[in-house]
Amino acid sequence: MKQLRLPLSEADIADLHAGDGVLLTGTIYTARDCAHRRLFELLDADMPLPVDLKTTYIYYAGPCPAPAGKACGSCGPTTSARMNAFAPRLLDLGLLGMIGKGEMSEETRAALVRNKKVYFAAIGGAGAQYAACIKKSALVTFPDLYSEAIYRFDVENFPAVVAIDAQGRSVYDRD
Amino acid sequence: MRTLNTQEISDCIYRLARRAGTALTPACRASLCAAASRERGAARFALDTLLQNADTAAAQCMPVCQDTGMAVVLLELGQDVLLTGAPLARAVDDGVRRAYADGCFRKSICDPLTRVNTGDNTPAHLHVDIAEGDRVRVTFLPKGFGSENMSRLYMLTPSEGRAGIVRAIVETVRLAGSRPCPPVYVGVGLGGAFDSCAFLAKKALTRDVGTRHPREDVASIEDEALETINALGIGAQGFGGQVTALGVACEIAPTHIAGLPVAVNIQCHCIRCEKETL
Repeated sequence: MKQLRLPLSEADIADLHAGDGVLLTGTIYTARDCAHRRLFELLDADMPLPVDLKTTYIYYAGPCPAPAGKACGSCGPTTSARMNAFAPRLLDLGLLGMIGKGEMSEETRAALVRNKKVYFAAIGGAGAQYAACIKKSALVTFPDLYSEAIYRFDVENFPAVVAIDAQGRSVYDRD
Repeated sequence: MRTLNTQEISDCIYRLARRAGTALTPACRASLCAAASRERGAARFALDTLLQNADTAAAQCMPVCQDTGMAVVLLELGQDVLLTGAPLARAVDDGVRRAYADGCFRKSICDPLTRVNTGDNTPAHLHVDIAEGDRVRVTFLPKGFGSENMSRLYMLTPSEGRAGIVRAIVETVRLAGSRPCPPVYVGVGLGGAFDSCAFLAKKALTRDVGTRHPREDVASIEDEALETINALGIGAQGFGGQVTALGVACEIAPTHIAGLPVAVNIQCHCIRCEKETL
């Protein structure tokens, strides 16, 4: 397992190959269906976003509420394919990368290659393990969306697999 | 006639929901262990992580998966039971509400158009069957939607027969690919009508993974579909491997002479299902 600090350097990115196991440490932001729709409404209205895409990794996830004494409740990844409608435009605007689960579209793959970015797969269903990796959590915006709000997480040794690398190789390709 | 206050049903739902959200069924855990022993590389890493996760969740009483699901409640209500107290559906929702609040479970239920969250994971998806006797059998299945989204209904024609059924089951899993959190558990409804067929598929998911249908012709469809699915090579999380499904469970009901409905309800590897008889 490669230990990596976020944001990744150009050298880190060049060195990552689809299928590599990694442990990520750094800052990530949650966003799923509803939060993405709101980000797009802001973009379409030429309004500023609540996060700076150029310093942001998006984690496709919606956490459980934090129990007493923990930074966050269970929080594994959600299905990334639902965000195919959003990912290419966000990558073109500078988004640093995504973490989710499952395959993504050809359009998303092309946007990753074009922008030299990486899509990581976390292990779907491992919510309690991921909660233990989240050392700090803060609500950023959209509190009315409950678990679909945008949260900022400081994560340590967050296990993931390189799903689509910056050359466009995918762990989901079967041939 | 036996009298039962619906508060007892509400408290039972509470117990089952709390337990289900934080623990895989023993059959699911055994099945994941067996799958891990057959895999290498990224798929093995995924399965080992999931087994570790199940232990962490149980030890810390935390949700196994953050998708604590839509609360599917199946009640087999003995016809010699006289219910008293709050209306049944309200009592069930009250049990769900308390369990999801106290358990720090995610509230995942919203209006389909406005997407406004109901805030307490209600209403439950309640299904009541009237049965013989004076007991109430309660089943609680928290159903995640990453897998639910990958489910399909086929209105086959009778001539498509057994081969068509197997093809439909395998096609559903193939099209789902890596998205529903494989290795999946596949619930299949055979027969009935458009709506009841889909319900049969959901009911099939309440059977322990690894069990076979008592009818040999149905069980042989389960066996063949499972073998064909596991030859697809999708593997755990879609990382490639031998185990794409942990099991296929079919339930069957009579249908119309003109039809052969087949419903395929996908359950992720995180099989959580609790039962109790009151």
